[in-house]
Parts: sequence; structure tokens; C-alpha cells
Amino acid sequence: MTSRKVAIEINGETYERDVEPRLLLSDFIRHEAGLTGTHVGCEHGVCGACTVQMDGEPVRSCLTLAVQAEGHSLTTVESLAQEDGTLHPLQQAFHETHGLQCGFCTPGFLMSLEPLLAEARDFDDREIREALAGNLCRCTGYQNIVAAVKLAAERMNGVEATVEQ
Amino acid sequence: MVAGLDAERVVGRSLRRKEDLRLLTGTSCFVDDFERPDALHAAILRSPHAHARIAAIDASAALGDDRVVEVLTSADLPRPLPRIPMRMYSLAGMDLLLQPPLADGVVRYSGEPVAVALAESRYAAEDALERLQVSYEPLEPLLDPTAALAPDSPILHPEADSNLAGEIRVTWGDVEAAFADADVVVEERLQCQRHGAVPLEPRGLVAEAVQGGGVTVWGAAKIVHTNRRILAALLDLPEDRVRFVELDVGGGFGGRGEFYPEDFLVPFCALRQRRPVAWTEDREENLRALNHSREQVHDIAIALRADGTLLALRDRFFMNTGAYVRTHGAVVPNMTVALLPGPYRWRAYDCTAQQVVTNKTPAGTYRAPGRYEANFVRERMIDIASRRMDRDPADLRRQNLIPASQMPYEVGTHTDGHPVVFDSGDFPLLLDKGLENFDYGEMLRWRAADPGPGRRRGVGVGYFVEKSGIARWEYARVGVGDDGGAVAHVGSASVGQGMETVLAQVCAETLGVPFEAVTVSHGDTEVVPEGMGSFGSRASMLGGSAVAIASEALRKRLIDVAAERMEASPGDLTIEGDRVIARGSPAVGVPLVELSDGAPDEEARFESPDMAFPYGLHCVALEADVETGAVDIHRYAVAYDVGRAINPQLVHGQIVGGVAQGLGGALLEEFAYDASGQLVSGSFMDYLMPTAGEVPLVRVLVTEDGPTPLNPLGAKGAGEGGTAAAGAVIANAVSDALGVEATALPLTPERVVELADERRAA
Repeated sequence: MTSRKVAIEINGETYERDVEPRLLLSDFIRHEAGLTGTHVGCEHGVCGACTVQMDGEPVRSCLTLAVQAEGHSLTTVESLAQEDGTLHPLQQAFHETHGLQCGFCTPGFLMSLEPLLAEARDFDDREIREALAGNLCRCTGYQNIVAAVKLAAERMNGVEATVEQ
Repeated sequence: MVAGLDAERVVGRSLRRKEDLRLLTGTSCFVDDFERPDALHAAILRSPHAHARIAAIDASAALGDDRVVEVLTSADLPRPLPRIPMRMYSLAGMDLLLQPPLADGVVRYSGEPVAVALAESRYAAEDALERLQVSYEPLEPLLDPTAALAPDSPILHPEADSNLAGEIRVTWGDVEAAFADADVVVEERLQCQRHGAVPLEPRGLVAEAVQGGGVTVWGAAKIVHTNRRILAALLDLPEDRVRFVELDVGGGFGGRGEFYPEDFLVPFCALRQRRPVAWTEDREENLRALNHSREQVHDIAIALRADGTLLALRDRFFMNTGAYVRTHGAVVPNMTVALLPGPYRWRAYDCTAQQVVTNKTPAGTYRAPGRYEANFVRERMIDIASRRMDRDPADLRRQNLIPASQMPYEVGTHTDGHPVVFDSGDFPLLLDKGLENFDYGEMLRWRAADPGPGRRRGVGVGYFVEKSGIARWEYARVGVGDDGGAVAHVGSASVGQGMETVLAQVCAETLGVPFEAVTVSHGDTEVVPEGMGSFGSRASMLGGSAVAIASEALRKRLIDVAAERMEASPGDLTIEGDRVIARGSPAVGVPLVELSDGAPDEEARFESPDMAFPYGLHCVALEADVETGAVDIHRYAVAYDVGRAINPQLVHGQIVGGVAQGLGGALLEEFAYDASGQLVSGSFMDYLMPTAGEVPLVRVLVTEDGPTPLNPLGAKGAGEGGTAAAGAVIANAVSDALGVEATALPLTPERVVELADERRAA
């Protein structure tokens, strides 16, 4: 199959590669850019584990071809924490509320939810569950993920909140 | 409470997980993240037929692509053809029904591996599959156990003389007399559908030959030492030439980590090619290849006195085991037979299980294996009896619970040839606490209120006794690391449940070092010499006990060495931080790293005399829509006695996550087959797992009223109780809502509408 040169920006860095037009964006991110924090759970757009952001919007990288990402700016889970290791409030909240178990789905949840939280307001459970409904988690039963979103939203709105240990 | 004491306690606190940081930041390493240089990629051709003869395989077109290195069929495998052995409870004759890594002349389920393509990339390997020409001669598929046991049925495995893989019967007491004397007899045919674990991470393996003979396999899970032993035997290698390494594992739930055909094929190909071989399944493969579970049909009857006393339970059930008997042998039907009696005092019991081979994907365990099904049928029967006798279902249960005074209680059944003895607990107390946690009275009032046109409200309860700590031993070795922290090497495995955190808590508390200073190492057979792994709710209670014993031995030794060095009595010394100090004089101390210098780690192999039996109650209040068939859960509550919760937040997480899976099985998930034996729910668009929209907030009450006397922690396993009775209570509550008895799971909208129509017609 003839390959084609692409230049794709991920987390501020540009990756230039020769790829087959059929190469999935998820495979480009994982195996060409080596950013394996983005996971592949179903390859048919249901589970959401492969969610990344394209120009700030969550997209399924398993339903996107690498060539379609050219000229767009991608971000993945690796971009969330600060360079000094400080976790994003959403990551921190997942940690404190036990919002993850095996963690395979977690990067997809984080990348789906992060733009929502950027709205900086309060969310009720129903809204949060709607926002989560495009991502499957087989471990947690979602309850603590809902709690994590609430906690992160509170903190991003300047409310001091803690979780009992 | 003494000031400061609470801060020293580590066990029993909801400490945050050690595993989280790497998982949250994308720096974890799951098997598909792991790469070896110059690796080949494997893709597996799977049978499109449920039952067919393979007439010919032509790989020439596939091999015309220079990126394709080799295509293997069963003709390339050693002879006699390897068969994947059973690792647990098995019955005579089952060894004739074991699966070869590649189909040998006949395919027996849609999805059975037929050939392996090895290529320079995964894409090229998949291209090769499309160019493989296989001629099949289709045979009639056998899908239904009843038909498969008919005298004129074709025999799926010619070496066996029937399609009955095994039969288990347990009986005690005079069942006939009990039924003859009964005032009330309830009889039903109850069915639980085929569904399964479906962890979110697909399976994968990377294997590489090592110099001097032998192979390393990355991507092992659950039972790494057992699988190493199986692979070594199949490859005819000494066990110490096979190394298994566990990476991050994206969920287990019983299905992942068993020895599958690919677990032979990938290392075999790596040895043959002298190049690393990587393989990751896609979701469609995963749904057709990973063990299915739960498919049982019960003809069950219970006998009661007019006053509500339970007299006898009689059951005969089929378990559809699929095309081959896999590693679990007869474990699943045996678990059903063993725990079907539940928490009640029966006067007589008679249960027969028939495990039957058919042309479906082979079956194994899934969280609460055999018990999800058993709890569904038994608790359904108790509810039907309650309704017939106009009794409150919770009250009828209370009347028949085994009282605390009768603990330990011998049930009269067996698991793996071992008598089932409920070790400890107070079943009536848990019932009361569980109903209070649910607020049963309030929910009955809610049920009585008018929900509006087309809506029906129901309440369901379900009691269950779980088992934990199967295969009763575990290994741990604890030492002091170079940085002065503690390192625990454990035979337990991580499947995402948080066992690194839990075992570190046990180590920290016992040894007296900070939780942060403990590292848990696991899953590399070169580092950990033996272990049983993580399944059947065993890591905390057995792995935890082994860690506690090894940590205690290390603590004693470090203090003894320090006592000599410091010329003090051991009784006056204690461990604080990374030093042994004199009590009350923290200024004087010796670093642990100095005290342990050169000495070997402390090893322990803990063996529990028996399994431990946690117990609990599920309750649900729900509303069913008779027009759309939708089931909306108003409140869901679980009370679970786990003996001792080492990390309450993680126990809570296990229960809520377990409920989500149980609800999937109760309402949504089904490995459905068409008449030709095709899996018609082979994608996530058809195999519906619960989303955040379906799983309600769960009220969880974890109690510690029945610590087990069987291990030093008092802990029972907590992994499966969240799932165990979900099918039971949903079916009970839907039946209550509609006024008609639900006899089959899952209660999909279609089936709920059917039940509502049945009620209207009646």
C-alpha cells in the first residue's frame, strides 16, 4: 500500500511519518509517536478508551485515520499533568475518590471529561452521568468517577474540598 | 483513643492506591504498550463456522506478501497435538474434551483458532488472514444441551462416547419424604443466559526466545506460576527455562489470565522464529475467544411447611460448557451445586449438575462463577414461595437463616472434594443491617405509591453466601530494600483490583514501617519463586496473610539484630520509619538497611485450613415500564460482611463495580447465538455493557461482624459479593413489579414487555 507523509501535532510536538492512508490515529499515537497512554479497547468507537482531544474536542482515535489528523492539534492523557508532576485536578480527584481500578479506561475518561470541566461550573449527577455515557468502565460501576468529576469541578471553582481517608 | 494511635494504624484505613499515579498519567505499561525490537506480529484466523470439517488450507496467496513470514496450521504443531490441560477440579473423562491450540481437522465453535499468520506488522498479519483460503465442510451445529444429550445426537468429540462432559450429584436427607410431607411445593424452570467477564483491555502477549533455550512471556495475568508450569509442559521445557512476566492488567473477572490457545501459540511461534512475537486480540476476537460463562438451565423445586419452614431443595441443571472443557474443568457447575443451599437450613437437598459440550465458545468462570446462577434460582424460588404464601419475602428468609449459634455450619456439599463449612458470621444480623441500609420500610411505602400510567414498582431482596480463598495457599517474601524501605514479593497477581495497595498496608502495619515505604513486587516468575495468583477473592486474605507472616518474621529478626547491636532487650525496641529505635528514645536508633545487610528476606507460605465464606444481602427498588420494557432502578443497596476490610474504600469499590457487572448480566448482556451457531453479539454495539446511564448509585454497607478464624487477618475475600445476587434481586423486583414470575435472565426491555403482556393476558 502506498504510504503518505503526514505531520501531526500531539501535545505540542510535531510527528512527521510516512504512513499508510488506512493507519488508525490510535495506532499512530501509540506506535508511531510512542504515546501509549491512549488505549484501544474496542476499535469500533463504543468504549471510549481511545479518546483524545483534537483541537480541544474529544474524538475517538480508533475511528479516525491518522491522515485525517493532519493540520490539527491533538492532546493526549500524557499532557494533563504539569511538567513538575503536579496532577491535573481531574486526575487528582480520580485518585482521591478511587475513580479507577484497572485504569485501562481511565485515560479515555480523563480526555472526555477535561473539556467539560473547563466550563468551570457546578454539575449535577445527571449531567455528569450523561457526559460519562460515551465511555465504558468495567471495574468501578462509575459511582466514584461521578464523585471525581464533582470534586474536581468544586476545586476548579475554588471550593476547598477533601475526601475522607 | 490514645493520641497518635490512629495515625499508626494502616490496616483498616482507606489509603490511596499505589497503582494510581502511573494509570492516571498514561505511564502504565499494559501488554500492547510493551514492545521488543524486531518483533513479529501474530494474527489468528478463526473459524467462521460453529461446526465444520476443514478440508484444506491454502496459504500461498498470504505468503506471496513479502511482509508475511509464516502461516502456521495444526500441521505445524508438535505431535501428539498439545491439549490445554485443566488446572482445577475436574471429572473423569474430561481429558478427552480438551482444546488443541489450533483446530485439528474439525472446528467446533465459531471463533476457534485455525491458523496463525506471522508478519512484520499487525496490519500485514491481518492482510494475510484475508488471503488465507480455507475450505470448510459445514456440519450440523449442536447448541442446546438437551439436544446434545439426546440418544440420537451426533457426538462432538469422537474420543468421548457422549456429549456429557461430566455429572455431579450431591444429596442428603430424605428429599422424597420432605416433598411428600410439604404443605407448599414450588417448581420452576429457571434460566440464566450466557455472558461473561469482558475486561476492557483485550488480551495480548509478547514472547521472546532466550539464549540457551527457553522463552520469556510478557502479558501474563492472574495465575502466572500455574501458566508457566502449563506452558513448560506443553513445550517440553524445564520450568526454569520459562519466565512469565505480568505487566499492568486491564481487568480480569475470571476470564482473563486462564491458559488459552494463544498462550501456547505465541511463545511457540517465538521459539520457532527466533524472533519476538507480539499478539493483541481485537474486541471481536475477545468476545468469541475469551471464556463465556453463566449459561445454565435449572429444573428446581422447593418444599415448605405452611408455617414457612424450608424443608427441601431439589434441582437438576444443565451447564452449557461450549465446545471444549477449558482450564476450569468442572469448577463452575460444582460451585453451583456447592453453594445453591445458600444461607438457609434445609432438611434435605438433592442437586444434579450436567455439564454438556456444544458448538459454542468454551466456558469458564466469571465473577461469582456458579453462584450468580445459584443465587438467581434459589432466591427466585424463595420469592415465588413468599408470594404464594402471602409472606413478606425478607421475613420468610429471616425465619430460615442459619443462626449464628450454629457456626461453623457444615452445609453438606463439597468444593474440590473439600466439605463446605461456613466458617463464621451472623446471617440474621446482616439481614437486619442490610434491610436498614436499604431502608426496607420506606421502600415498601414507595412501592405502594402510584407511579403513574404504565409504570409498575417492585422491591426485591436476595441473600447470598459467597466463598473466598480457593486454592488455599499463597507465598510472600519480605525484605528491606536498598533505600531502607520494605519490599514484599508476592505470589498474588494484580488484575486492577488494587492488591499492591492492600498488601502494602498489611506489610506496613505488621512491620511498623510507613505505607509509603513499602513496595509490592509481583508477577515475574524470576523474582517470585512460587504463587497461586489472584482469583476467587483470594489476594487479600491469602496473599495478605502470607505478607503478614513474613513481615512479622522480618520485624522480629530486625529487632533481634538491633537488640544485640544496641545492647538492649528486644522488648524495648520498635520499628519507626526506616529505623529500629528504643521505645521512648527516638534519638537512638539503627537504620533497617544496616540491620538487614546481607541477610536473606523472610519467606512465608500461608495455607488456610479452609475457604472462608463472606455473606451479604442485595436489595433493589425499581420501576418497570410496561410499554417500553425499561427498568429504572430507584435504589440499590448491598450489605456485605467481609470479616475485616483492609482498605474500606477498595472494598466499597469492589462491591459497586461488582454490582455494575451483575446488573449487566441481569438486564443487558448476552452472548446470543443464531440457529447456525454464530455469535450475534460479537461487538459492543450488540453485547451491551452497562454505562454510567444504567448503573445507579449503590448504597454500600460493609460489616465486620464475622471475621474468619482461618487466617491471621480475619479477612474474607470481597471481590465477588457485589455481583453475586444482582441477577436474583433484579428478577425478584421485576416479578414483584409486574405481578408475574420472571424465569429467565436477562430482563431486557423486550422480555419485560413480554412479561407485562403475560400478566395482562392472565
